[in-house]
Amino acid sequence: MSADLETPASTRVDAAQYGLAAVLLVVGAYTVYDAMTLDVGFADPVGPRVFPVVIGAGLVVTSVLLAVATARGSRPEPEAGEDVDVTTPADWPTVLKLVGVVLLTIATVGWLGWALAGVILFAGAAWALGSRTTIRDVLVGLVLAVASWYGFVVGLGIPLTPGVLDGIL
Amino acid sequence: MENLGLLADGLAAALTPMNLLYAAVGVLLGTFVGVLPGIGPAMAIALLLPVTFGLEPTQAFIMFAGLYYGGMYGGSTTSILLNTPGESASVMTALEGNLMARAGRGAQALATAAVGSFVAGTIGTLLVAMFAPALADVAVEIGAPSYFALMVLALVMTATVLGASPLRGLLSLFVGLTIGLVGLDLNTGQPRLTFGVTQLVDRLDIVVVAVGIFAVGEALWVAAHLRRKPARVVPVGQPWLGRNDLRRSWRPWLRGTAYGFPFGALPAGGAELPTFLSYVTERRLAKRATLKGRGTGAGPGGDEFGKGAIEGVAGPEAANNASAAGMLVPMLALGLPVTATASVMLSALQGYGIQPGPQLMTEHADMVWTLLASLLIGNVLLLVLNLPLAPLWARLLRIPRPQLYAGILFFACLGAYATNLDPFDIALLLVFGLLGMAMRRFGLPVLPLILGVILGPLMETKLREALTISGGDPAILWSEPLAIAIYVVLLLVLVTRPLLSRWRSRTESRIVAEAHEAEAVTEGAQR
Repeated sequence: MSADLETPASTRVDAAQYGLAAVLLVVGAYTVYDAMTLDVGFADPVGPRVFPVVIGAGLVVTSVLLAVATARGSRPEPEAGEDVDVTTPADWPTVLKLVGVVLLTIATVGWLGWALAGVILFAGAAWALGSRTTIRDVLVGLVLAVASWYGFVVGLGIPLTPGVLDGIL
Repeated sequence: MENLGLLADGLAAALTPMNLLYAAVGVLLGTFVGVLPGIGPAMAIALLLPVTFGLEPTQAFIMFAGLYYGGMYGGSTTSILLNTPGESASVMTALEGNLMARAGRGAQALATAAVGSFVAGTIGTLLVAMFAPALADVAVEIGAPSYFALMVLALVMTATVLGASPLRGLLSLFVGLTIGLVGLDLNTGQPRLTFGVTQLVDRLDIVVVAVGIFAVGEALWVAAHLRRKPARVVPVGQPWLGRNDLRRSWRPWLRGTAYGFPFGALPAGGAELPTFLSYVTERRLAKRATLKGRGTGAGPGGDEFGKGAIEGVAGPEAANNASAAGMLVPMLALGLPVTATASVMLSALQGYGIQPGPQLMTEHADMVWTLLASLLIGNVLLLVLNLPLAPLWARLLRIPRPQLYAGILFFACLGAYATNLDPFDIALLLVFGLLGMAMRRFGLPVLPLILGVILGPLMETKLREALTISGGDPAILWSEPLAIAIYVVLLLVLVTRPLLSRWRSRTESRIVAEAHEAEAVTEGAQR
């Protein structure tokens, strides 16, 4: 907020909004293109094309409007919250670490099984967010993961993969 | 009164010891997750939905009702004790509630919120039992064009009327509609926007989308902007209401209910406006009572508003819960969700092969009555369990943030993985999490997107149904009187919107400014 007070909103443009507008413009245009590749069936006066074309066009128009509004000084209102301090600059390394932990979970959950991948997920995410009590986090993660595995497999009948722990759990 | 008899049958079906256990577990889990900072009721339900996967429909509904009310109540606990509302509907509760907590009356604030939620929830559920079947009878007659118009109304209203920026609301809506397109076209069986990925062919699971946008998006957004100085939690004792508090609370509860229910039932009503109206009403009434010499507070202004007035918690909380019940009317009778919470519930119903809509009341009548009866039971259990447990819930607010958000991510991934046992769903979750983070960064509202995802396919079905009847002539879309009436209403709302939002933002900023002033005064006095 303090940065906003120093420079009047009209002179500072949120350039990242152009990026958002561009991405959404491409998505809208692709939606229209994708719809045009569909065959229109028989006895179907509307066909599968109309709806996506309208939506894609709507997305294109609103993204152009967003770009125009950005140029005219319209700034977003980032969502505040209990643990969110929007006055600080974004902490991208933390976000990247967190994304990396989730990617690692995706890659390993198949063969490690949920009970172990869950430990990596919990302890890794806590570490990424700045916790330095790693041993405690691993223990907590182990309890959560093993308990949730039993809860789902035994309690709810949803067969989560045991992975390498097959036979032990 | 036939409806009440059916409701009694539903109660009889739901009231077995085993079912009560499910309801109790639901209330506890719902409150537990709802209390956690950064999690609103919709997110709590989406996160906990996988827990109900393995259950029979009846038991799942009962647990669901508990989760629902528990999640709602947990959210208000957070806003009272932390003064940082997790969602827009709690803004008004947080205002006076946190002032009460700081003045050492947190226990009374939590109690009036709990009892108010109970009163509003019970009245609201009974009203649903009265109105939903009647509306469903009418709704069976509604043709595809009017149905289409109704959905356009709901979507355009949520996108443009709620929230600060109509442009960003529309943008969010179109993104949601685009997400809803992914998968096979229902009529011709051709894949749309699937990029050749087989998992995308049978459409995206709304739970994965909702959990990704709400939970993972929130975790990533918090990671980018973690508040290094933790928020102040006000300690709280056992909630109770004295005779005087009760005398001051019951009228606001009823008035709040009266505001909340109709707004909840409207397309794009939501709880934001009724909680606000309830707060303003209670404030005015308190001022007028003071002028007449019947003031309730001891402060120099006569009333306690701005210093922690119990009326300012009782009214908005009741309005919030009554609107949560009201939203069940369009959801059950028309199959039309109007809030994020309703969207998630609707997808849960679909998970049991139940297609919500006017036929729901006739085809699955027993299930509907069981659900309504479960809501009543959940409501009672909420009161019984949560009043004694409040101090325990308050301690949850002290969980260190890294572990808290790691836990949220853990359960989000678990839920996504449990839907199909395919790591691909976790990848989708991450994609929607990144989208959710971007939306928070760019101030795009979440609700229009969620509604777009769930209503988009329904809208296309109705559009094609209507146009097939007319042989492609779009004039059929405004051929029914009801459809025309809906478009006229939509037009009127869009015209009057700027006036309404100006009045609201002016009143709201004045109230907030006064609250800050009062805060500064008390803090100065403490020093």
